[in-house]
Amino acid sequence: MRELKELFKKEWLGYFYSPVAYVFIVIFLFSTVGTTFFLGHFFASNQASLELFFMFHPWLYLFLIPALGMGLWAEERAQGSIELLLTLPISLAEAVLAKFLAAWAFVGLALFLTFPMVFTVLYLGQPDKGVMLTGYLGSFLMGGAYLAIASFTSALTRNQVISFIVTVMVCFTLVLSGWGVFVELLSAWLPTVMVELISNFSFTTHFMNLGKGIVDLRDLIFFFSVMVAGLLLTALVLEKKRGNE
Amino acid sequence: MIKVEGLSKRFGPLVAVDQISFNLEKGEVLGFLGPNGAGKSTSMRMLTGFLKPDEGQVWIGGINLGEEPKRAKAQIGYLPESAAAYRAMTVVEFLKFIAALRGVPNPQRAVDEVIEKTQLGGVERQTIGHLSKGYRQRVGFAQALVHDPPVLILDEPTDGLDPNQKAEVRKLIKSMAQHKAILLSTHILEEMEAVCSRVLLIAKGKLVANGTPAELLSRSEYHGAIAFNLETALTAAQEAQIAAIAGVKALEGEGTNYRLFAESGASLLGPLHKKLLEIGMEPVELQQLKGKMDEVFRNLTLGEEA
Repeated sequence: MRELKELFKKEWLGYFYSPVAYVFIVIFLFSTVGTTFFLGHFFASNQASLELFFMFHPWLYLFLIPALGMGLWAEERAQGSIELLLTLPISLAEAVLAKFLAAWAFVGLALFLTFPMVFTVLYLGQPDKGVMLTGYLGSFLMGGAYLAIASFTSALTRNQVISFIVTVMVCFTLVLSGWGVFVELLSAWLPTVMVELISNFSFTTHFMNLGKGIVDLRDLIFFFSVMVAGLLLTALVLEKKRGNE
Repeated sequence: MIKVEGLSKRFGPLVAVDQISFNLEKGEVLGFLGPNGAGKSTSMRMLTGFLKPDEGQVWIGGINLGEEPKRAKAQIGYLPESAAAYRAMTVVEFLKFIAALRGVPNPQRAVDEVIEKTQLGGVERQTIGHLSKGYRQRVGFAQALVHDPPVLILDEPTDGLDPNQKAEVRKLIKSMAQHKAILLSTHILEEMEAVCSRVLLIAKGKLVANGTPAELLSRSEYHGAIAFNLETALTAAQEAQIAAIAGVKALEGEGTNYRLFAESGASLLGPLHKKLLEIGMEPVELQQLKGKMDEVFRNLTLGEEA
């Protein structure tokens, strides 16, 4: 546990040693808030809710999260520091988890910094606070799921660009499979059971439920399953590569 | 402190390390010597738990590395070949991280001490990525020493350093030798002679020699040979007279410089000097050779090819 905590601390602080953290947060805030106002026409909608704010998250995360996660392991390998890390008295599972948690906490921080949006809608009307809260929970969990996939692709390569592109592709597929327009397209020539099955594997489907204020155990299980699977695959790939570096 | 039994590693069809076994006790500085690509780094990576061996066992301070990796790794300080570190961190941040992760009781003091020991004072607030190669190597060293481990594994600790820095690193290694078991790899022969109490010579993944530097030197054909220099060249008859001295294997000459090779164990210095005076040739220079490490190295490492 001490090892996990210390590596988490180092990774967490590491975000702030480099300009990457500040660039990421600024872009995160501009894009989440920007899409709400300009693409979502927040004021014209005349609703004091964060629905328009959360609506764009699956799409924005498509680029933001892979950019954050691509360096998780690829950079360790490119720098050679992975040799140092794995010869320290820390288990591979602890290392994988610590790095993931630090990055996830960073997503959490970026998300937290969107709080002026909350104040805005509170000022404008009487929004349902529970729905806002589950929306944030959903966004945070979805961010974690994206990140676990990024962790996996980052373990596969020492090239961060490859990791980025593969993560975008995988996540894009998982977003698309539950997106209304695409689902309608599918239902034109696939039986309903198949369409539902496909959209059940989508980030969008599970995220929408939370965004509407519905906390369904199945949605939570979905996001946690993606995270566990992503991290297990990360550990598996690293362990395998360890034999042949 | 280190016990290795039948360690092997294959990368596809290539056998990188082939059945290496050895022991290393406290107070010893064991030199891992071999040409580039002989399997030195691969062996060290297996000893530190970075690579998984295909076969064989490693014990660090009596703890099996394969069975209890965390406890075994806790006893090792490791300097990887590239002195890898987190380049975005400053020296102090990096060392504190290592000390804290390793559970050093008083990280601040341990870091201060190791900064002093490795002479990193003055650059401790700088980002590691901005440091010169020599300083980065010292940071790698400091990181390996910060928890005062009983076992040190150093992969080419002087690689890329200038002669002054090399001398400093060797001094540091020697100063720690008494209280630790140190394994270091090198392909620099003079370095091995200067710091190691024992040498493992490996070639093509196999252990080809294990002994003190002096023992290895005695395998050289120059061991016990004498180099001498005269005012004028010897005549053929005089050469024959010298070659006739008991224990002489061969006499080689080039101008007025000569080399006399000895049968193993023969001491030629006295008899040669006497013979030279007898034939009226006072030597200008006369020197007994200890042996040439590069020759032993070449013979043992190339011999594997045949």
